[in-house]
Amino acid sequence: MDSYADMYRMMCLIRFYENRMAEVYAEGKSPLFSIAAGPVPGEMHLAAGQEPVAVGVIRHLRRDDVVTAPHRPHHFAIAKGIDLRRMTAEIFGRTAGLSHGKGGHMHLFDPAVHFSCSGIVGAGFPPAVGAAFAFRRQHRDSVAVAFAGEGAANQGTFHESLNLAALWKAPVIFVIEDNHYAISVPKEQSTAIANNSDRAQAYGIPGVFVRGNDVLAVSEAASEAVARARAGKGPTLLEIETTRFYGHFQGDAETYLGAEEKEKWRQSDPIPQFRDYLLAHHLLTPDDDAAIQTEVAELVEDAIAYARQSPEPQPADALTDVFAPSLGGK
Amino acid sequence: MSTTTIRKLTMARAISEAIAQEMDRDPSVMVWGEDVGAYGGIFGATQGLYQQFGHDRVIDTPISESGFIGAAVGASTEGLRPIVELMFVDFFGVAMDQIYNQLAKNHYMSGGSVSHPVVLMTAIGGGYSDAAQHSQTLYSLFAHVPGLKVVVPSNAYDAKGLMVSAIRDDNPVMYFFHKGLLGLGWMPSDDWAEVHVPEESYEVPFGKARVAGEGTDISVITIGAMVPKAARVREQLQQEGISVEVIDLRTLVPLDKQAIVDTVKKTHRVLIVDEDYRSFGMSGEVAAILAEDALDYLEFPVKRLAVPDIPIPYSRVLEQATIPSADKIAQTIRGMMD
Ligand SMILES: Cc1ncc(C[n+]2csc(CCOP(=O)(O)OP(=O)(O)O)c2C)c(N)n1
Ligand SMILES: [Mg+2]
Repeated sequence: MDSYADMYRMMCLIRFYENRMAEVYAEGKSPLFSIAAGPVPGEMHLAAGQEPVAVGVIRHLRRDDVVTAPHRPHHFAIAKGIDLRRMTAEIFGRTAGLSHGKGGHMHLFDPAVHFSCSGIVGAGFPPAVGAAFAFRRQHRDSVAVAFAGEGAANQGTFHESLNLAALWKAPVIFVIEDNHYAISVPKEQSTAIANNSDRAQAYGIPGVFVRGNDVLAVSEAASEAVARARAGKGPTLLEIETTRFYGHFQGDAETYLGAEEKEKWRQSDPIPQFRDYLLAHHLLTPDDDAAIQTEVAELVEDAIAYARQSPEPQPADALTDVFAPSLGGK
Repeated sequence: MSTTTIRKLTMARAISEAIAQEMDRDPSVMVWGEDVGAYGGIFGATQGLYQQFGHDRVIDTPISESGFIGAAVGASTEGLRPIVELMFVDFFGVAMDQIYNQLAKNHYMSGGSVSHPVVLMTAIGGGYSDAAQHSQTLYSLFAHVPGLKVVVPSNAYDAKGLMVSAIRDDNPVMYFFHKGLLGLGWMPSDDWAEVHVPEESYEVPFGKARVAGEGTDISVITIGAMVPKAARVREQLQQEGISVEVIDLRTLVPLDKQAIVDTVKKTHRVLIVDEDYRSFGMSGEVAAILAEDALDYLEFPVKRLAVPDIPIPYSRVLEQATIPSADKIAQTIRGMMD
């Protein structure tokens, strides 16, 4: 399991990645924003501010544990140990990408670290239950974690999956990241109760709400949930309060958000808070911090450079990969 | 003079204007869906409605498509005329039972005693690298299911009139607007779609195709965002001495079979262009109608240009190779002329 300094480093890596991605994504898109211009194609949903959710939970996972993630996937992917170069090349739509340019930012697949994500809200819950079911069936002590936003907790798949997982005692952890908004709709306008974690009760499983976007509190709750799953005691539902620093997508004017609310979120940035905590407790020195900043910057710049120099696919490549060669059952 | 005043609207504006006028006329018309309220719809189809009619009649829903689309089934039997937005057509998957087993079939299964005056409007189309789960058109899939009317406007004038007809229709109507025709500032948009739209309300009837450009050598039969592409190709090929007729089907259900037969009687050659998947869809259906009802008039085998049977890829290069382009349309037509 990672040390606190490792957790801090991971949060910094994610933040640096998202901030650089915001810049790279904006290239070629000014003065007039166009979703189709610049080196990075398509939509872009960034997770700066939400690092504690990914890092606090995934530090308890192994390489062979499964993570399913939603449309805002980078923090989970990076924390799970996805190949940063190939992920970035995929976001650039290049041949060196994880999917050779066929998937893109919302559809990252890295089977080597058992990571996948989907652009369909709520789509990640059932596959996580299925992976957990497979682990049980094969007497493996791996677990599966499904991450999704608070908006996704109103999708039928969420409720069906909770019941199914509880029924099957599947080693799965459902993690709802409550960043207060689903695009423009605030949680209190979409969700009939204050905390989705309370919904666990209806399915007879533990539900925990973690306040404050605090990575250590997240880690503590996740530690218990993962241990419970690994021990064969069944699923847990966690809901984690967090904040979204960028718009829903890059280019979102956020007209639905008050400037004060946004400012309040930015004021309570979880990274400096964690750094101050580590410094105060002598778990990190200013020199360590400086070294971490240099290292994560190098990693991210290396991944971006790698992506930029990777060739574009050839048009005919579009026609491959529709079906598998189908040798598995033979 | 009002008849000469040009009032160009984007398609997004035309759609929201149609809805506003119908909401004004009929208090039972309501709108619900994700981000349709203060945000005005992700693609602007409900812009201004929340400000004009308030949250009683323009409702932001949770991300619960099966729930809120299904709610339109029940609400419509009890006196409401809901307009429901499904943000992208690609998301139909989580709600399809309510659409194809309930909404589409109840009228028939009830022996005609139950009706669902519901408009389910949704965004379609690619061209901006939104990949396999956000770029599909899929209208043929809904046209395949008996009981759903299927509307696909290509320009702002039709968009308004077809929306008015859709709202007044007592049947479930699937209304597909293409993202690349809406006139959104942040997305590549074909300004061909931005045309004169009368301020007063009017209907464009279902099942009436439009000749979007007359010609005598070959017909391009198409719909939605492929209509402007075909219209541009028509102008380009005119200079090469090829006279192309462009048929905008406007609705798939009901389908204007007569227009399909009429145009082939005139040109004797047909290219079908579709942004949907090639197999088992609109292009195959039109080809079948030609085989059944117009074979004698054909002087050249029918050709189709559509998305090959692959999911829409993310990379720009791959996506451009996948969605029929003006160049490919022109090339294919040239190849059919010798
Ligand atoms: C089934 C489905 N419905 C709607 C959408 C459009 N959509 C994408 S993200 C999003 C909001 C998601 O909110 P939340 O789950 O809270 O995640 P967040 O964006 O806040 O991280 C919506 C409505 C979608 N992608 N899939
Ligand atoms: Mg959210």
